[in-house]
Parts: sequence; C-alpha cells; structure tokens
Amino acid sequence: MLTAEEINEIENEAVRYPRRDAVSIDALRIVQKHRGWISDESLGDIARLLGMSPTDLDSIATFYNLIFRRPVGRHVIKACDSVSCWLMGCESVRQHLEMRLGIGLGETTADNRFTLLPIVCLGSCDRAPALMIDDDLHGGLHAGNIDAVLENYK
Amino acid sequence: MTAAMEKPLTGRMPPDGSDLDLRAYEKAGGYQAIRKVMGSGMQPKAVSAEVKDAGLRGRGGAGFPTGLKWSFVPLGESAPNPTYLCVNADEMEPGTFKDRLLLERDPHQVIEGAIVASFAIEADIAFIFLRGEYTLAAQRLSRAIAEAYESHYLGRNILGSGYNLELYLHLSGGRYICGDETGLLNALEGKRANPRAKPPFPPMVGLFGKPTVVNNVETLSCVPHIINNGASWFQGLSRSKDAGTKLYGVSGKVKRPGLWELPMGTTVREIVEEHAGGMRDGLKLRGILPGGSSTPFIVEDHLDTPMDFTEMPKVGSRLGTGTMIVLDDHTCPVGMTWNMMRFFSRESCGFCTPCWSGLAWVERILKSMEDGHGNPDDLEKLSSQAKMWQPGYTFCALAPGAADPLLTALKYFRADFERHIAEHRCPWR
Repeated sequence: MLTAEEINEIENEAVRYPRRDAVSIDALRIVQKHRGWISDESLGDIARLLGMSPTDLDSIATFYNLIFRRPVGRHVIKACDSVSCWLMGCESVRQHLEMRLGIGLGETTADNRFTLLPIVCLGSCDRAPALMIDDDLHGGLHAGNIDAVLENYK
Repeated sequence: MTAAMEKPLTGRMPPDGSDLDLRAYEKAGGYQAIRKVMGSGMQPKAVSAEVKDAGLRGRGGAGFPTGLKWSFVPLGESAPNPTYLCVNADEMEPGTFKDRLLLERDPHQVIEGAIVASFAIEADIAFIFLRGEYTLAAQRLSRAIAEAYESHYLGRNILGSGYNLELYLHLSGGRYICGDETGLLNALEGKRANPRAKPPFPPMVGLFGKPTVVNNVETLSCVPHIINNGASWFQGLSRSKDAGTKLYGVSGKVKRPGLWELPMGTTVREIVEEHAGGMRDGLKLRGILPGGSSTPFIVEDHLDTPMDFTEMPKVGSRLGTGTMIVLDDHTCPVGMTWNMMRFFSRESCGFCTPCWSGLAWVERILKSMEDGHGNPDDLEKLSSQAKMWQPGYTFCALAPGAADPLLTALKYFRADFERHIAEHRCPWR
C-alpha cells in the first residue's frame, strides 16, 4: 500500500497535468524516493491510483534509467561510461570498483551497501572520469582516489 | 565593454561556484527584460520579431531560428488553449556540459528567458524538463522558481500586466531520447519517450496536443539580453554570420579541459589551443567531435574553421552543442567509436528498426574488432548499416547522429580499422 505521504506527493504533482496518467513518471520517482526501488506491489498500487494497467506502467518504469525495478543497496553508484569519460580512463575506474566491491555492473554488494550501475554522460566531461553516488557528483577519479570517496558512504 | 557585456551569459556568475540568488540577479540587471516587455505594452509578436532579428539560433544542437519557431504558434483568442513552453534541460549528449553551468550558476537567467519566451507565444504553462541526475541544478532551480513567484515574476497577473504563467520543474526519469523535442513531450505526458512523427510540428500540435515550443537552456538564457540590449547588439557579439556568444567546451586529453563563453565563430584552433591549452605533453591531436558525440569528426586540416552553424557544415561537420571531444594519438579510434555506438545502441528508444537493430549489430562488430575478431568484410557492413541511419529512415535524429561519427571515423581513421582486422588485435592494448 502507498503511504498517505506518497499519495499526497503524487496528487500534488498530478494537478499540473490535464490527464491523470501523465504523472506516472513523477509517481514512480516519488515512491522510489521513499522505498529505494519499485516493487511489483508498488507498481500495482501506483497503477491503481492513476487508473492505469500495471503492464502499461511497467513499460514506462522499465524504459527509464533512473527507475529501479529491482532492489538496490543503500548507496547507488552511477558510473559514467560515455565518450569523454572513456577517453579519460573510466574503464579502469570501473575495473577498480568491481574489484574493490566484488560485484559487476547491475549488482549489489552482499552487505547491501552499494549497487553499481553504468550511466550515460553526466555532463561533467571537464572533470572526467566522473560518477555519482546517490545525489553527489565526483570527478577527476582514478584507481588511487576512489576508495577515499567510497569511505564517505557507509 | 565590461565582462558582463562581452559574456552576457556567464560574466556575472560569482567566481566561488555559487549561484546568483534573486537579489544578486536583480542587482546585476536581472528581470529587466520582463519589466521591459510587460511594462511597455510590447506585443508578443514584437518580442518574437526582436529575437528573430537578433538571429538567435537554437543552442541545443539543431540550430533552428528561435524567433521563427515562436512565430509558428497560433496567438489570440481563437488559439487552442493552453499553450505550453518547455525548457529542454535534459543535457545528455555525450561530451556536453554547458547547460549544467547555466542551470547551476544562474538559474534566474534561464527562468527569465522562459518567461519572456512564454509571453511571446502566449503560453499558459511552462515546464523545465531537467535530467534527474542534475541534483544541484534541481535544488537551485527550485529555490529560484519559488523566489520568482514571491516577486510576482511568475503566477497570476505578472507585474500587474494581466499575463498569467505557471512554471513547473519536472525531473526526468532518465533517458537520452528525452532530449529529442517530441520524445521530451511524450516523457512529460508520462509515456515512454519515443519521438513522434513530424509533421505535425510541436508549435501547432505539441504537449497534450496543444501548441508547444521546446527551447534549449542556453537559447533561452540569451533571450533576456536580446530584449535588454537589442538585436543589433546581439549580432555584434559574434565574429561570424551567426549571432551572439556561444558556450564552447573541450574535453579529452588537453591541458585544460573546460568551458568558455566566446564570440560565436571563434575558430576550433583558438578554442583548443588557447583556451584548452592544447594537447597534453607528448600527445598529438588526431580528431575532434566538435559538438558532442552526434557530430561528424573533423581533423587537423579543419582547425581554422569558425565554430558556428554556417562554417562547420563546409568541412563536413556541425556546430552541434559546441562542446568538443578531442581524440589524441595514444587512444584507439576504433575503441572510441565502439564506445559511442554502445551509447547510441543502449539509448535507442527501440521504435525504428534501423536504429535498434542496426546499432546493436554495429556495436557488436566494433567490439569484436577491438577484441581481435574483426573480419575483412566488417568495414563494408559498418558503412552499409550507417547508410540505413540517414534522415528519413527513422523518426528522429538519434540514428543519423550515430551515423555521423561512425562514417567519419571510417573515413579519417580507416587504416586503424584495417590494422585491427589484419593484426587480429587492438594495437593500443
């Protein structure tokens, strides 16, 4: 079940649009903000609230990079792998992260601390290679300084 | 001229990385354009005409004349209602990091531009469509929008003019194709961001079927300055036929990657060698994607070309977003091309077959070439696929944008592709 707070936030956004289902992406973002990801149950609850079929809503949820349809860890690492970061060595950053965390792209550490995901260009190309952890942007990364950055996320 | 007049978009940004809040923005001359437009009884058509006369062209990559786009929107009592303005702040073109600066450091500037544009097209509702990863921009825009409402620059009866405008910030769910004009409209309608067939064009049939203008952040940031200082002033900022200043960026292995507001028409050479400091020691320049990863490669012969809408096509490329990606001689051009094709393949919306199918195939061919499994007929396969991505075969510009770097990589770095195939390995690894 959606909480009163979630429903309230969704309804506040819904007034912007002439059609109720237009708020679907905002609704997915809101519920994910509270729960970390969108479970089948949450998907069904949002679909019912907006008068949509769960299948239609899932076709939207799975389209967008920032909507998670599987559980994620406490912190989500979004590592840029687009061209400027590639030129500046993002592959070695990814390899270091995979080795350090013991997971591959799309996976979550056993202690549920980190999920590692690839992301398209973060618009930080002058400080490449870059990645985001949760809402924070980090640039100028290399194998020698990543561990210190990770330490800030427990 | 003062810094603020030479660099109207960035000259007044605080050097400490903070943004201009409402008071600082007003003190620096902000919100005067709204006062001028709404206080003087200026007609919407006159606002569009001024922007048209200024020669402002869209800074999102396509370069469409802004005032002309606005003039397609039906005005007056009989026009469909509501009319929408959408600010395209979905900066996701690889290698592009210019709108981030404008959004983070001077949010009121783009808001004022959006208000003037909305007035010109008689919009009732404006959306800022911001990519979800721009969290700092989201914070600063939210505060700036609240400040603008409090000061009656937004809302009902703006500055007593009788004009009403609601402005909302929308955070994207994240997908490159949302930056496409009609993909953005579908995303705002809560759908998958598949682009729409055109015509009809958004100024006639856009968001929820109503007249809609979609403008880039940098484009709208120019607008208040044009209103304040006039069309001929804006033309005079440029060194070329295309008006204004431009945010130019450089990334890759140069000495000083960065972003600079310079006169439109500054040459590629000046941007790369003077502003970015040239290549890092020991490296040579091999190629440049001048305006993001959807623009064709240029090479050393083209360095003296002015970076503008008119001159770049003469050397087979485009201005695009104006943010360059530099390839050096210690980096594999095949690997770089593979990286970009992987991006386009991953971000294809999946609607048009030449795009979703062809990009995946091309990505696989390039990957196997990098891994030492290239075949002699691969080059023919690559170019024949890219020919299937020409405009007209797909709904939107994603696949044509992928064809540009691929075909020019095959043209300028052919020997590197051939070496991968002949030696069964990537010579850079």
